[in-house]
Amino acid sequence: MDTFIQQVVSGLATGSIYAALALALVMIYEATEVVNFAQGEMAMFATYVCWALLSAGLPYWGAFGATLALALAGGLLIERVVIQPVENAPVLTIVIVTIGLLVIFNSLAGWIFSYVQKPFPSPFPKEPVRFGDIVIGAHDLGQIGVTLVVLACIFAFFRFTPLGLAMRAAAQNPVSSRLVGIRVGWMLALGWGLAAMFGAVAGMMIAPIVFLDPNMMGGILIYAFAAATLGGFRSPVGAVVGGLIVGVVENLVGTYVRFIGTELKLTVALALIIVVLLVKPSGLFGRAEVRRV
Amino acid sequence: MTTRPGARVLVIAAVAIACALPFLLSNFRLFQFTQVYIYAVALLGLNMLTGYNGQISLGHGAFYALGAYAAAIMMDQWHVPYGWTIPAAGGICLVAGFLFGLPALRLEGLYLALATFSLALATPQILKYFEHWTGGSQGIVLTKPAAPLGLPLNPDQWLYFLALAVLLAAFWLAANLLRGRVGRAIVALRDNHIAARAMGVNGALYKSLTFGVSAAYTGVAGALSAVAIAYVAPDSFNVFLSITLLIGIVVGGLGSISGALYGALFIQFVPNWAQDISKAAPWAIFGVFLILFMYFMPYGIAGAVRRVAARRARSQRAGEAGDAAASVRTTT
Amino acid sequence: MSALLEVTGLEAYYGRVKALDGVSFTLADRGITTILGANGAGKTTTLRAISRMVRTTGQIRLAGEPIDRCSTEDVVRRGVAHAPEGRGTFAHLTVEENLRLGAWGRRDRAGLERDRDRIYGYFPVLRARRKQPAGTLSGGEQQMLAVARALMLKPRLLLMDEPSLGLAPLIVQEIFRILREVNAETGVGILLVEQNAALALDLADHVFLLETGRVVMDGPSELLRRDDSIRRAYLGY
Repeated sequence: MDTFIQQVVSGLATGSIYAALALALVMIYEATEVVNFAQGEMAMFATYVCWALLSAGLPYWGAFGATLALALAGGLLIERVVIQPVENAPVLTIVIVTIGLLVIFNSLAGWIFSYVQKPFPSPFPKEPVRFGDIVIGAHDLGQIGVTLVVLACIFAFFRFTPLGLAMRAAAQNPVSSRLVGIRVGWMLALGWGLAAMFGAVAGMMIAPIVFLDPNMMGGILIYAFAAATLGGFRSPVGAVVGGLIVGVVENLVGTYVRFIGTELKLTVALALIIVVLLVKPSGLFGRAEVRRV
Repeated sequence: MTTRPGARVLVIAAVAIACALPFLLSNFRLFQFTQVYIYAVALLGLNMLTGYNGQISLGHGAFYALGAYAAAIMMDQWHVPYGWTIPAAGGICLVAGFLFGLPALRLEGLYLALATFSLALATPQILKYFEHWTGGSQGIVLTKPAAPLGLPLNPDQWLYFLALAVLLAAFWLAANLLRGRVGRAIVALRDNHIAARAMGVNGALYKSLTFGVSAAYTGVAGALSAVAIAYVAPDSFNVFLSITLLIGIVVGGLGSISGALYGALFIQFVPNWAQDISKAAPWAIFGVFLILFMYFMPYGIAGAVRRVAARRARSQRAGEAGDAAASVRTTT
Repeated sequence: MSALLEVTGLEAYYGRVKALDGVSFTLADRGITTILGANGAGKTTTLRAISRMVRTTGQIRLAGEPIDRCSTEDVVRRGVAHAPEGRGTFAHLTVEENLRLGAWGRRDRAGLERDRDRIYGYFPVLRARRKQPAGTLSGGEQQMLAVARALMLKPRLLLMDEPSLGLAPLIVQEIFRILREVNAETGVGILLVEQNAALALDLADHVFLLETGRVVMDGPSELLRRDDSIRRAYLGY
């Protein structure tokens, strides 16, 4: 039983990473119907930026905060400079542009920071936390905590601030938004900025475990897709819940089902996607899209 | 469109040049063009599904792999002559694609893309899992075929002509399918599938069949590549292959037959150019190329060509109308 | 007294299709004007031209200042509120949030609370439903919400596109009564596009008639109300 709880908590910890990245994907998809294939690589690049700040001598939380700010600005800039010129093009065209960004970020990271794996510090203590017989890693708890704090801030932002309201409006109904004076283009840019921020959080939380490497976010992006699909690509709550479920299931399956090694763990995530899609195509929390014919 | 005499001359000229290339280029360059033709067949298949029928597939690498391995296993374990393996692979993929297309009917747009993406991701692992058939991570080594009937061609030249012949047959078949009733039906399903079905188009049948035919084309391409490269291994059929095929049809031009060739040229040669430009970060350069292409040709190369041709036709017609008006004026 | 809105030689295009072919008219300050015409005449296009939602050539002046080069957001910030065809409510947001959004483009933010209370005063049903998602409101209530949202901007000019569409006549009359009240109390100019000519003529001081992108009649609504022969000639009843 103790192992079970430990594995669940561990699963929630990795799940919170998937949730953060899935949330980023869903934010952009909800507003634009584009799946940003570059989300993982942008997160990886942000993590490298943090590493550079730490190497320059900044204390951890200072570098963390600065990276979030830089990610926000970076995401915003990318939307305005790279995406905006093609925003009226067919969806697949924009998807290819994001694939271009994926490849650029991956390549730049390898070139600037080299492909050699680097250790990345965790701000949480090394000693595990004990609850009776149950031992849980401090970093795992920390991961869950940080993700929860970021999510709480974001939900508060969207629910209670005027800017958050304007962003929600712009995503749901761009035409009416323009008619009340909202600059929809900048709301979109802000969405990309926030998404980049979530990605940066995910990257900085996972890097201590998998080590900093230009290819570290590839597998995580896939799990994030699985999470967003499970939750329903249009639902932020779904993305978070989906991420946690994927994390827990991945961990439990890996621990308790013998013949599934690390290779097939990915296939399990994918099988999960397909099963969900066949049973409930719009995901657990998704609204079935009602379209006028 | 190719019923215009001008276009037909262009096609004949292009084929003539293509036939001359084996005697002008090095074996390596020739091999690159062989690969271009193979990609073009695969892209034709994918375009049929995604461009014409609107079903987005990020998993066609799986059918390419299925075709390649089917051919390889037939050649390696049952000593089937390579010539038969190619249509056989096509047949196997036709069935597989049709079967995959049936549950896919439930999935729309993004979700179909994700399901097929999962298929692409799982492919290398599935291939490694069935070691007994596929040879596991080591793959299967084959022998390159020599030219038949004692023709004075080296293996690379022969393979080039084989690929070219398959490409021409594939283009011809696609043109006939897509420009007739069938083509109109599948495009109608893409643009407004409720209206199409209301007009009597059997949506489920056509969509699954399109999946099947599209998979068959890609499977044929995969089989050809197994013959041409004489080696198959699981890691060459990873998710990047599927992404590369998607890039190919978007850059080439969705919903166009000529787009398959433009796209194939792009995915074969542009990564090499990128590497020539920068040894340090070649993929970054490729990414920049990709983005620039999308800026200037959001409807692909074929789309840009069509727009230039349309503009030229319009100004020609305006000129003719002007002349006609002028002649009318002088007579009154 | 300068005119609230002056439109001169307005041409509008959807792609290469010309929808407005040299429309010219003037709106007096504080007046209620209605644009009538058959389907496809260009009524909605005229409103969209003023809101800069469609490509145009020609001049548009709002209180003397040219706005034909402005973006939609700028025109809104200058005090033009547009309640579009189909209401355009934010269906997944609450009534209250819809109203808050209405005030987004407002330059003068003083008295926002007071204005919102006044608007709830015009439409008490909205206050009762203020926490509900706007999509759950009935058609008439959503139209009221569209008007209320537009009024939250404290606009100089209110553009309304077919408010009567799909609504029972009693509800339309109620909404028009409120519009008359708002116009009397605040002096906001109203430009109303309508298919229901009788109700529109009742509300408006001034009318003009569009036919295939051109103004074919421009005069006080009194003229069409009283003179049967003119009304029959232009409106067929």
